[in-house]
Amino acid sequence: MGLQSKRAVTPDFPNRRAAYNSFDEIHSLKRARSTLTPALIFTVTYYFVAVTFFAGILWKIISYARTPVKNFIPIAPVPATRFAMLARMTREVLFFESLFRASKWTWIFGWVFHYALLIVLIRHLFFVTETPPSWLVWIFTPSDIAAWMMALSLFGLLLRRCAVDRVRYISSPSDYLMLLLLLTIAITGTLLRYTAHHEIFAVREFVLGIIRFSPRNLPSNLILYVHLSSVALFLAVFPFSKLIHFPAYFFSPSHNQHSSQYVKK
Amino acid sequence: MSSSKPYRPKLPTLKHQATADIRPHFKTKDVRHPALVENWKDAAIEKLGEIVQTDRAVKVFLDSCVKCGACTDKCHYYLGSGDPKNMPVARQDLIRGIYRRYHTMSGKLFPKLVGALDLTEQLIQDWSTYYYQCSECRRCSVFCPFGIDTAEITMAGRSILDAVGLKQKYIHQVMDKGIQFGNNLGMIGPAIVNTLESLEEEVFEDTGVNVRFPINQTGAEILFVVPSADFYAEPHVDGLIGCAKIFHQTGISWTLSTTASEASNFGLFVSDESYMRQLAERIYASAMSLGAKQIVIGECGHAWRVASSYWPKILGQSQKAEGHFLSPIHICELTDTLLNNGRLKLDQSVHEDKVITFHDSCNVARGSTMGKHPRDIYHIPRRLLQAACPNFIDMAPQTICENTFCCGGGGGLLTDEMIEIRVSGASPRVQALESVIASHSVTHMAAICAICKSQFRSVLPHYGLGMDMIVSLHQLVGDAVVLR
Repeated sequence: MGLQSKRAVTPDFPNRRAAYNSFDEIHSLKRARSTLTPALIFTVTYYFVAVTFFAGILWKIISYARTPVKNFIPIAPVPATRFAMLARMTREVLFFESLFRASKWTWIFGWVFHYALLIVLIRHLFFVTETPPSWLVWIFTPSDIAAWMMALSLFGLLLRRCAVDRVRYISSPSDYLMLLLLLTIAITGTLLRYTAHHEIFAVREFVLGIIRFSPRNLPSNLILYVHLSSVALFLAVFPFSKLIHFPAYFFSPSHNQHSSQYVKK
Repeated sequence: MSSSKPYRPKLPTLKHQATADIRPHFKTKDVRHPALVENWKDAAIEKLGEIVQTDRAVKVFLDSCVKCGACTDKCHYYLGSGDPKNMPVARQDLIRGIYRRYHTMSGKLFPKLVGALDLTEQLIQDWSTYYYQCSECRRCSVFCPFGIDTAEITMAGRSILDAVGLKQKYIHQVMDKGIQFGNNLGMIGPAIVNTLESLEEEVFEDTGVNVRFPINQTGAEILFVVPSADFYAEPHVDGLIGCAKIFHQTGISWTLSTTASEASNFGLFVSDESYMRQLAERIYASAMSLGAKQIVIGECGHAWRVASSYWPKILGQSQKAEGHFLSPIHICELTDTLLNNGRLKLDQSVHEDKVITFHDSCNVARGSTMGKHPRDIYHIPRRLLQAACPNFIDMAPQTICENTFCCGGGGGLLTDEMIEIRVSGASPRVQALESVIASHSVTHMAAICAICKSQFRSVLPHYGLGMDMIVSLHQLVGDAVVLR
């Protein structure tokens, strides 16, 4: 029961045990005291993961920014203005234009996955805001669909990785594991949505507790533990794996250069 | 202009190690079995470290590949050979594995998991094979969602190979000649003058017009810098004759130069910036001493890439500072301007019997700019061909413009021991060509690159096509010039 909580120890709850009992009663979570241990582990893990995630990305971004650009290598046709260059990058980020031209199957799975992930992430705003924005309710139904799409498209990508001999050849264990990790996140998340919906307020309290440096209890739910563990792993490896492609893209010289030659002619 | 019939390239099945034995000769005692320098392992790791610290492109490209597979069926060497290590991402992985293993935390901690590779002699052998089965044509980069440019990785690979003692013989011999003679062929000044004199006689015999090929002429407005192959090789020389006819008819004052007798710049292929600068400075010095107002680059793909994309940087500091910065233009841009303002008149009837298609050279189509708009790099050569030839037809859209297939001989592969991979690398282009031959009875394919022209002359016969099918763009334009 080693949770050090500033908020839990208030005049209303003179001793810590009482605070937790009261907390449990409020949320109808009549759980055994063993729930404290996973809560503690996840709290500590997430502090560690948050630091790794943000510091890691920052470190990567700084190292890209510090490395000089050697050659003028924009992809043809070379954009004539900064605006045209930014427009192409925007199309690339929003629609995966090059991938669309390259391979329709990879594009449909990849694009659907990323947008489904985005919608699902937006839904998770619920867990990090005390009073969720009122428009968030509009995203609940779309995000239910998105969660399924996310799992389906990940499955498609995995299938492609296994079935197409060229893609299988270039895949290393981490490429499969990354997809399996994301699949685990998507499937456990979807399962929680349908099996443990009543626990979302308690989970929010837990997440808010982490954000406020005031650790809270966590519902005892194996699926939830798997979900939180895989998300933690995902965030921890993000800066050190191919997942860095998102921030790294903006430093890609072949996409962020344009030519000033046209105006001279 | 009607469109060509649907073209479906054949996708090969993986043929492991299919081209593992095709390796260039190296500039060592035993050209086939070169010895590595003593501390090759440290030297290679150190060189790679230096590259990722000084070239953002390589660092970002090595980090951001997600192995999506978009590039796997885009390389002409893979399509032609089926060797999986010729898939662009697999080619990059030969270095990415080392980068992960020795320069990243994940690779140091979990090498097996992330596909990290130990640096072994076998791996260096693979580098010397597969980094010389890449023509640095950048087709894969067009399809990569992150713009990962395998050419940059290949150049990095080659400069590491240089550092461990594996200097490719052909490229480095050409570079040595460039320094010693000022051109790739090792032609001395008097030989060039002689050649030009005989060209003047030849054109006079053919046309009865005294078309001049001025050389080292002080005060000429334009310094014309061509690849040295244009002085003697077929069909290159016909392109030079065509240019001379255009200059003659439009009355432009121009000159060639014995000191700037090479547009080509092989330093690009091994990413040797100081060499590139040296050759570029030679051209500028020549332009200055002749008092030329404009440098015009002839039909050479990577020469134009270097002039258009590298000169501003490698010459920027020295030339701009002195206020002598001359922005080079491509001969196609010049001819296009002359056509547009009516100074050049062409008679299409000479080409009535021909059906022409155009091969976009990779270094032009994917490495350079032309004209006032981004797509002018594709439109200008086509405008010229359509102005000169009544029958012009493009090959399938996925094989032209930014999607063009390399001829298979670029990037320093244009040497005899590489003929096998050159033939297989040409197959995607030849398939597209055969498709328009079948549908539109195409008789000739025009190109604006010395390497493309030499390569097609060698490999077209392997596909049962005539070596004379490949022509210079300015040969067609020049033949249509009504000489006075």
